[in-house]
Amino acid sequence: MNTQQDLLQRLHIDVPLLFSLIVLCGIGLVVLYSAADQDTEVIVRQGIRIGLAFGLMFLVAQIPPYHIARWAPWFYVLGLVLLALVLAVGDIGKGAQRWLDLGLFQIQPSEIMKIAVPMAVAWHLADKSLPPRLLRVIVACLLIFIPVIMIARQPDLGTAVLVGAAGIAVLFLAGIQWRMIAAFGLLAAFCIPLVWYLMHDYQRLRVLNFLDPQQDPLGAGWSIIQSNIAVGSGGLYGKGWLNGTQSHLEFLPERSTDFVFAVYCEEFGFMGVLLLLSLYILVIARGVHIAMHAQNTFGRLLAGGFILTFFAYIFVNMGVVTGQLPVVGIPLPLISFGGTSLVTLMAGFGILMAIHTHRRLLSN
Amino acid sequence: MQRQLVFKDLSRENRIFRSRMTVAVVIMVISVSLIIVRLVDLQLIKHAHFITLSHENRVKVLPIPPIRGLIYSRDGVLLADNQPAFSLEMVPEQVEDVDGTIAELARIIDINAVDIQRFYKLLNEQRRFDAVPLRFRLSDEEVARFSVNRHRFPGVDIAARLTRYYPLGSQTAHAVGYVGRIDENDLERVDVSNYSGSTHIGKLGIERAYEDVLHGRVGYQQVEVNVRGRILRVLDRTPALPGQDLFLSLDVSLQKLATEALTGWRGAIVAIDPQTGGVLAMVSSPGYDPNVFVYGIEPESFDELRRSPDGPLFNRAVQGHYPPGSTIKPFLGLAALEYGLRTPDQGMWCPGWFKLKGSRHIFHDWKRGGHGDTDLSRAITESCDVYFYRLAHEMGIDRINLFLTRFGWGRKTGIDITGEGDGLIPSPEWKRKNWHLPWYPGETLINGIGQGFTLVTPIQLASATAALSSRGRQMHPRLVVRIEDPMADRSAVLSNESESWIVVNEEAYWDQIISAMVDVVHGPTGTARASGRNAPYRYAGKTGTSQLVTIDHDKRNDGDDLPENLRDHSLFIGFAPADVPSIAVAVVVENGGSGSKMAAPIARKLFDHYLSKSRI
Repeated sequence: MNTQQDLLQRLHIDVPLLFSLIVLCGIGLVVLYSAADQDTEVIVRQGIRIGLAFGLMFLVAQIPPYHIARWAPWFYVLGLVLLALVLAVGDIGKGAQRWLDLGLFQIQPSEIMKIAVPMAVAWHLADKSLPPRLLRVIVACLLIFIPVIMIARQPDLGTAVLVGAAGIAVLFLAGIQWRMIAAFGLLAAFCIPLVWYLMHDYQRLRVLNFLDPQQDPLGAGWSIIQSNIAVGSGGLYGKGWLNGTQSHLEFLPERSTDFVFAVYCEEFGFMGVLLLLSLYILVIARGVHIAMHAQNTFGRLLAGGFILTFFAYIFVNMGVVTGQLPVVGIPLPLISFGGTSLVTLMAGFGILMAIHTHRRLLSN
Repeated sequence: MQRQLVFKDLSRENRIFRSRMTVAVVIMVISVSLIIVRLVDLQLIKHAHFITLSHENRVKVLPIPPIRGLIYSRDGVLLADNQPAFSLEMVPEQVEDVDGTIAELARIIDINAVDIQRFYKLLNEQRRFDAVPLRFRLSDEEVARFSVNRHRFPGVDIAARLTRYYPLGSQTAHAVGYVGRIDENDLERVDVSNYSGSTHIGKLGIERAYEDVLHGRVGYQQVEVNVRGRILRVLDRTPALPGQDLFLSLDVSLQKLATEALTGWRGAIVAIDPQTGGVLAMVSSPGYDPNVFVYGIEPESFDELRRSPDGPLFNRAVQGHYPPGSTIKPFLGLAALEYGLRTPDQGMWCPGWFKLKGSRHIFHDWKRGGHGDTDLSRAITESCDVYFYRLAHEMGIDRINLFLTRFGWGRKTGIDITGEGDGLIPSPEWKRKNWHLPWYPGETLINGIGQGFTLVTPIQLASATAALSSRGRQMHPRLVVRIEDPMADRSAVLSNESESWIVVNEEAYWDQIISAMVDVVHGPTGTARASGRNAPYRYAGKTGTSQLVTIDHDKRNDGDDLPENLRDHSLFIGFAPADVPSIAVAVVVENGGSGSKMAAPIARKLFDHYLSKSRI
């Protein structure tokens, strides 16, 4: 081991992960510059957020994983309380409410849950031997679905799906029996009518329009159709940076947030998408590697659950943009404009780095 | 023991985790493959389809309407102009509450019920993203008032358009016609793509007949638009070709004089330059204001015009059918010479009545006691009916018709505006077919004085008079003499190639008839001697009085005690100067009484004006 690697180890930094994340964020800024109509102010703001998020990642990476495990339940309870507060404030203020204004800054409790839920589930399951028994699974499900339902009622379907996915990923990795998975699958199938009943009108509309976008091409089907046009018209090499007509002429909705991938596809084409996918795969592969080599069950489950959630992020966003999934508002990780999800993600990668780097220190 | 258990658990957990992670990786690989397959489908396989859609999204082709050609009189007076006018327009697609917006707008701009009615009519006919006009011809003040409040009315804007305006209004309405909004019937007679940017089309008169010349060629611009349809830049532009300007043969001052002469009467005046066939004046009275049609006339006003007993929309000059009365006599006189039925000096005794052999019916002359010893010249000058009864009887209806046909009676003259009538030359076959009755000899007789079935339009009468004045040289009457291309600064004089000749056996026949017609106005016994008095030039003419009702001969008078609509039509044909004619006219005044009292003085006025003008 040379000294340079030793230094990075001391700083708890995982180089392949850091490299991929920096390149992805760089690409994000380049695409955003185009999607935001060359507004440098947007780029500066996003750049500052990226800097802060990386800072947070470094900080989190310094925390030894057993501390993380100890804080997990309190973190979860804090998140739950904040979610309840949001719902209460939302009831008073009428309409969608996702933010909690703490005076100095705003927080989005549902984002906290993206980390708090897999953390709590991992903590809960790692406590006893695996695979978990039914009772533990039921408790884990409660841990997952209480916040998920609260988030869905905000309403924020996209985050709810991701939070749920994060918890289920941990459950899955913990080795829940296949027959339980099958049973839950059946239960879920029976729950579909109930979910449909609980959904808001606009959410139902989105699902209907996903099934048949041509039904209302100027209304709810608009974003799917325009997004497909943007992606398809990009072709093999794309229309070139800043040359995407679908985005610059404003045919694409949410073009710097949820639909930024369509802008990317339009301007950089299929080859550009392959490059982007390669980078994501690099991050995921590294994440899987870290999870595999984690020293304890909690670390394994948390790292594995997080990296699967990260994948779900990418898959759902790309699925929406390419018209394979109904429109749910999920940003493309590390690329879309916006600070909240970026901060959560980087905190997650900080945990990954912590799990990985502290292990080696311990073994030394 | 405890330690061992934990140890066992851990390795088992690790194994479970690894197998589960493998499953997860497989799921991820499948998912990524699905995304890639979808991207291959969208970006590579269906690329051409989507690139077309994205192109269609952003590029719109907008028509640029051409500027309609102007219409001038022969001396360059504008008869049809394009004037900028401001109109208030609304794009229905961009307005949430159309009714409410109109109500709001009505508070700052005068919008009446008719405007609203028209707006909704157009709203149903047009596409949602096309601007629908709500008010036309905004005043400057209204434009200013709206501009201040514009922010309150998204989707509503002021449009400056060139709109047709007829400065002389009703004076030239029947000749020039008017343009109106394009309707479905219009689209059937034009190239629709050429009208994609146009709102108006020629409906009547010159505006309609020369539509293809006046309209011009539509231009296009390819523009890039954003999602709201706002034009961001012009990609390509093909300018419109403006329509060509027309110069008419109309003499504006003569037209004005003719209009004034007929004011208060129903009737028509057509004046033609015999040399060219150019129509110098064409008036049908009463007229109407063509400008009200440009924006779509209100239904009530249109009904009023249409139902008016005076028929202002009816172009009497080319559509009115009148019995020619005695104006037929010069033509039949010429026929008599041509057929060798009469010589100029051959006289007859006119007792004031005529009776066919074997018939008891007495045909009266207009003059009680008769004209006495009458030759052809006198028969024309004094308009002797008996002379022409006998002549018509000898000539027979077929020969009468044949000769009149040579002067263009009974068929369209080919004047270059639409709606012209045929006139009527009645033959025995015609009568059998339409009336299921045989032809009676008496009908030939009254035809000889223009009181039979024969009907003629004022334009036919004027055209025939022009041919007579130039001794058989016949030119089709027409209004447009010159077409100017404003772009190429090039003008094309339309040469009238319609020249044809009516040839008679001896040239002298013309002189004999014309000199008789000169005597009508200048001779001591001429029927129109009163109006020919003191003329500084010599002219020729013939009066006509066509009876509408048969009145007992004994009670016959000027008909002043008859109801107005049963009084005689007053006619006059003539040309001046008699030797080298430069103007030929036909004047018809419905229910105007005798030709000598009503129509003849009008013709004299026209001649005076036109000749004094051309002498300067």
